[in-house]
Amino acid sequence: MESALLYIAGAIMMGLGALGAAVGIGVLGGRFLEGAARQPELIPMLRTQFFIVMGLTDAVPMIAVGIAMYVLFAVA
Amino acid sequence: MSDGETLTSSEYIRHHLQNLTYGQHADGSWGLAHNAEDLAEMGFWSINLDSMAFAIGLGLLFMWLFRKVAKSATADVPGGLQNFVEWVVEFIDDSVRGSFSGKNPLVAPLALTIFVWIALMNTMDLVPVDYLPFVAGQLGVGHLKIVPSTDPNVTFAMALSVFFLVLFYSVKMKGFGGFIGELTLHPFGKWGMPFNLFLEGVNLLSKPVSLALRLFGNMYAGEMIFILIALLPWYAQWTLSLPWAIFHILIVLLQAFIFMTLTIVYLDMAHHVEDHH
Repeated sequence: MESALLYIAGAIMMGLGALGAAVGIGVLGGRFLEGAARQPELIPMLRTQFFIVMGLTDAVPMIAVGIAMYVLFAVA
Repeated sequence: MSDGETLTSSEYIRHHLQNLTYGQHADGSWGLAHNAEDLAEMGFWSINLDSMAFAIGLGLLFMWLFRKVAKSATADVPGGLQNFVEWVVEFIDDSVRGSFSGKNPLVAPLALTIFVWIALMNTMDLVPVDYLPFVAGQLGVGHLKIVPSTDPNVTFAMALSVFFLVLFYSVKMKGFGGFIGELTLHPFGKWGMPFNLFLEGVNLLSKPVSLALRLFGNMYAGEMIFILIALLPWYAQWTLSLPWAIFHILIVLLQAFIFMTLTIVYLDMAHHVEDHH
């Protein structure tokens, strides 16, 4: 019973983390392309900023995956 | 697996996630922790020898390498190593000029140190998970975690150092009264002081916590996935570990870059004397 709850906890962690980050990075990438299409000369600067924000957004699901893996394989 | 006997997969994972810790046992003697119970008994007054050794070793490697290149720098056609170091220094210089508006000779060297040091510590993640722990196991060392940035002690130490610099420069640039005023008078004027203090306090304290946890979480998750891949049979491991390692190179450099960028931004905010309200 308890290990079943842990599996569900891991699944929710990974799923919701991935959901939020997918929306976030989707919006971010779309805006990056819009900005790049409007002002192609700004692409190097925009790319740097894009990667910074992507790293911030990407951190959350990565951490969730790591903790979920720990819960699934080492605790359960 | 380092010690010949068969382990279950969760024992294997736990073994790989334990640091080589030196501290005081429950019976009063000093020594290394052999399992999780020892670790729990030691509590706060213990030190992770492997994190310290790898972190300091990589820091020395960075200083030695960059010093050597700086000593032998030529105005002629530079060699590959000098090119690389110049490229790194210029990259940091650009980043600092781009986002730091004050005047402080400390910031650029700090940013260079943080970037290269964290990048080196994270790169240890790309060493296959069993190589060094296996060698250490043969030499009689039971536990070894080779990536210092998967140890929250290391990441929190770096984040707290940055945080103290932020406090120091806030007080130095704005004066003690100015800093307190910034904390208490900000969104709602002087009649909303407790609420202002709460908001600004959370804002201030969340900086080192998020800085440390972001780096730790990313590296820990990456290491965890490498360990899980290492549970597969040996002939199948490369199908997963190779793509993950290639993707992980991005994370390794990106996290070092983000830590550095946020350090510069926080220090820039500390230097920014606000007088428009």
